[in-house]
Amino acid sequence: MGYGADPVAVLELIERYAANGAVVVLGNHDAAALGRPDDVLNRNALASVAWTRAQLGPRQHAFLTSLPLTVTKGNITFVHASAAAPEQWIYVSGLREAGESLRAAGASYVFGGHVHEQKLYYVGASGNMLEFRPMPGSPIPTANNRQWLAIVGSAGQPRDGNNAACYALFDAGRERLTFYRVPYDHAAAARKIRTAGLPERLALRIERGV
Amino acid sequence: MPTFEPGTVIDGFRLGQMIHAGSMASIFRLDGPAGPLPLVMKIPRLGPGERAVNVIGFEVCRTVLGGLAQGPHHPTLVAYGDVETTPYLVMEYIEGCRLNDWLDRAPMPADEIARLGSAMAIALHDLHRQDVVHLDLKPTNVVFRPGGEAVLIDFGLAHHGHYPDLLAEELRIPVGNWVYMAPEQIFGVRNDPRSDVYALGGILYELATGRLPFGHPQTVAELRRRLYHDPIPPRALVPATPPWLQEIVLRCLELDARERYSSAGELAHALANPSRVELTERASRKRRGGLWTVARRRFRSRRYEPAPAPPPTRVAGSPASASCRPPRRSPAKATKTARRVATSGGSSICAAGRVRSSSLKSASPSTCSSRKKPRPR
Repeated sequence: MGYGADPVAVLELIERYAANGAVVVLGNHDAAALGRPDDVLNRNALASVAWTRAQLGPRQHAFLTSLPLTVTKGNITFVHASAAAPEQWIYVSGLREAGESLRAAGASYVFGGHVHEQKLYYVGASGNMLEFRPMPGSPIPTANNRQWLAIVGSAGQPRDGNNAACYALFDAGRERLTFYRVPYDHAAAARKIRTAGLPERLALRIERGV
Repeated sequence: MPTFEPGTVIDGFRLGQMIHAGSMASIFRLDGPAGPLPLVMKIPRLGPGERAVNVIGFEVCRTVLGGLAQGPHHPTLVAYGDVETTPYLVMEYIEGCRLNDWLDRAPMPADEIARLGSAMAIALHDLHRQDVVHLDLKPTNVVFRPGGEAVLIDFGLAHHGHYPDLLAEELRIPVGNWVYMAPEQIFGVRNDPRSDVYALGGILYELATGRLPFGHPQTVAELRRRLYHDPIPPRALVPATPPWLQEIVLRCLELDARERYSSAGELAHALANPSRVELTERASRKRRGGLWTVARRRFRSRRYEPAPAPPPTRVAGSPASASCRPPRRSPAKATKTARRVATSGGSSICAAGRVRSSSLKSASPSTCSSRKKPRPR
């Protein structure tokens, strides 16, 4: 959505998940597709957003408009960027930003994206923020006596040279968080981007992961 | 802070005899009908006046033990309590003899040192293959099963390469046993398996000579002396020490981690095959460095940079090397097994307690028991 050539198909899929109870929050590319101003988008992304906006019908537009910036369920907060100012699309790319987001959320767990690489931030026993680069597939004990902020990464648009998609699973009962990387047909996704006439850079990024 | 004594029931577990009272935790045997595993409960010392590292050590011990594949070289974690309300760990009681029991017999024959050392190195290698570094290897933390396998206990200071390091910010002064601590640990390095090789070298030195390689440091300044002082060569203290053993011990105790054995597995192989140990100047060393050497090293030690730690077995984003880890049972099957074992041991699991969803197996019957309490260190 905003980078790829399948925005309608993606939104239809997510709308079905939402109808079944999935938590869905608005991201900056979604907001841009709705015509809301966004200062953080680069030239390629802006070109893609203009194309995406033209693809969306009233149904997709209405669905995107209905999405909240944050959702808090129990001690878990979901937000695309930073809970400190969700509408400003601040990149949580360091200890300071992670701490601000966690403090604003006030939850034991914050799950976010926006930054494309998987990362786990946590509050140490002394109150200092610490960070950890997770290993995909390795469950991490995340006891709720501490606060955790997980950047789950992106499905597509990698930045680390690995063209596999990112996701994470959180087992709230056992307080375990597992990050994953999963291969997908990135060649087909890149082909569709080129066929749609979107910027070549977007196709290359999906292929090469940089 | 509640008091714990024999007969106290915690989450369905009835405390038996206290078998250890340390600065960080107390350990009780658990009473009840005999189950597949003899069990102990470890309760951290918490509350006013106690060290913050105690509770963090509890969390670390729980997460690291919980993340290890079941094996013979560490206690099986059975259940644990909530860190904020009822912190405890229920683990397999390791029946056997502590390494401490052998220390009074030092200096020991070389072949016996090789046997014990090889067993400890194999246990370490098992940990290291799972990207865990023990970081607190000392004689009180090694138990030998009757079959001769070494079991490493007390993972409160350990480092798991797949988990966030909860102790990373707590190391304003080096935490751990200073007697056996590797130089890089003094500088906060916590992810180098060769730190355990160094500690094992210290233990081998003690078994071979009856002395500690760097004494018993009481201050950080004394601890740092190992950056520029050599240990006295074992053969200078015990002439009967074979050259191969001195070679092994001094190689383990090298200041630069790159000069030590690259893995505990390599060390185990050397100890098991003395005739194949390549002898260098270390084997024939008769005395430690003189005043001039020490002065030069001391000057250089101001610029000491720990060697880069080797990368973890599994590099993030590279699932291809996942086969390096031992196989695990399916979580569902493991949970079922754990609950059955815990219940059949005479303890029911209450809501506050967590039964670890790792696999359990029956402990082999044993007739050997720890002969005495650990000596204080």
